[in-house]
Amino acid sequence: MCLAIPAQIVRLLPESDLATADVSGVQRTVNVALLSDHNLAVGDWVLIHVGFAISKVDEVEARTSLEFLESMGQAYRDEIDALMQSEAEEGSG
Amino acid sequence: MRFVDEFRNQAIARDVAAEIEHLVEPGRQYRFMEVCGGHTHTIYKHGVEDYLPPAITLVHGPGCPVCVIPMGRIDDAIHIARQPGVLLATFGDMLRVPGGHGSFLDANALGADVRMVYSPMDALRLAKRNPDRRVVFMAIGFETTAPSTALTLLQAEREAVDNFAVFCNHVTIVPAIKAILDSPDLRLDGFLGPGHVSTAIGCRPYEFIANNYRRPVVVAGFEPLDILQSIHMLLRQLAEGRCEVENQYKRVVGREGNRNSLDAIRTTMELRPYFEWRGLGFISHSALKLRDAYARFDAERIFEIPGVRVADPKACQCGEVLKGVLKPWQCKVFGTACTPETPIGTCMVSSEGACAAYYNFGRFTRIHTQEAVR
Repeated sequence: MCLAIPAQIVRLLPESDLATADVSGVQRTVNVALLSDHNLAVGDWVLIHVGFAISKVDEVEARTSLEFLESMGQAYRDEIDALMQSEAEEGSG
Repeated sequence: MRFVDEFRNQAIARDVAAEIEHLVEPGRQYRFMEVCGGHTHTIYKHGVEDYLPPAITLVHGPGCPVCVIPMGRIDDAIHIARQPGVLLATFGDMLRVPGGHGSFLDANALGADVRMVYSPMDALRLAKRNPDRRVVFMAIGFETTAPSTALTLLQAEREAVDNFAVFCNHVTIVPAIKAILDSPDLRLDGFLGPGHVSTAIGCRPYEFIANNYRRPVVVAGFEPLDILQSIHMLLRQLAEGRCEVENQYKRVVGREGNRNSLDAIRTTMELRPYFEWRGLGFISHSALKLRDAYARFDAERIFEIPGVRVADPKACQCGEVLKGVLKPWQCKVFGTACTPETPIGTCMVSSEGACAAYYNFGRFTRIHTQEAVR
């Protein structure tokens, strides 16, 4: 459960701590409040842990770490499955 | 030596392995603890030990949040889940962890409503959708996860979601490392520091290990090459007579940590006087509880919690595995009575648990290595 999954910011939702991010080809809502002083912009890559962006990373790191996670097999699939079951949320809920 | 196909840069991996070999002093044995369960998973999955000289032993540490929750807390959570109108939400890894009287899945079979969530935000959403239920989020995890619970609490407060509550089981990594350093049964030469915990707390909290205990620490990333490079950095410190906190995972972890994460934790939570860890016993100031200002969201104040201490099953040696005293395969029930399908102990449940990681990957590597050596 301590996995952190790379995701790319697709849209920053105005007046909220939320953003739409592309995670392994699927768009999910993630909370970016922890990175409020990192000037996040569309196209940036972040690491997602339990629905929250915990670190901003560069694209090379994001892509290679994604490849690595995919090589982990079941542990990564479980994490992605859990994330996909998590419901998308618009606005502050 | 195995092929390094799965490594990010195979040439570098070979060089690092060669340099590690070169740095080992003849006749000296090295024992390094990887604190984080994510590291344990990588080490077994990718057979990292195969690249190391026999003089280096990797000791698995207590950094698996599911593994360190004592059975009594599972029973407490199930007690909460059985109260009328309660919906208990927790991470998927927790569902199969056995308590003294079965797991959450067993509780569901008896009529409780325990659901898996990916995020504490999902639990808050369940509360908003089910205003007639009391939705309790069983929070577990180290400083990687605690900020998420903290921000969710702040949102519940802002939006006055009064039927939401948290059963807080967040733990802090530094007191556990200190307990291990103070434990007489274990001699360690250095630590691989946890990667994602350090995104929140930074590198400074580990300085006491270098300064007071004279052991080097290297905060490490999660890929096999990260682990090899970090071991190399530990060996170089030892060879040069240094004891410092170094950061191998600079591409993700900053030295100062994340101020927002720490602020969110500090606003909503405070240290407990003590907390029981599975295998490590009671450790002072090692876990978080909700502050008085958040009492109305605190499951431990809303409900009467039995708080009964449950001893681990006699056959279970998770405690020794979590302290690094035993390797998974040295446990009496490993792979026989205790398997990922029918776990007796927590280390066999979570994919970050040393026993589950070794059961799924390591035993094959070991057989493979032994055959190669013959």
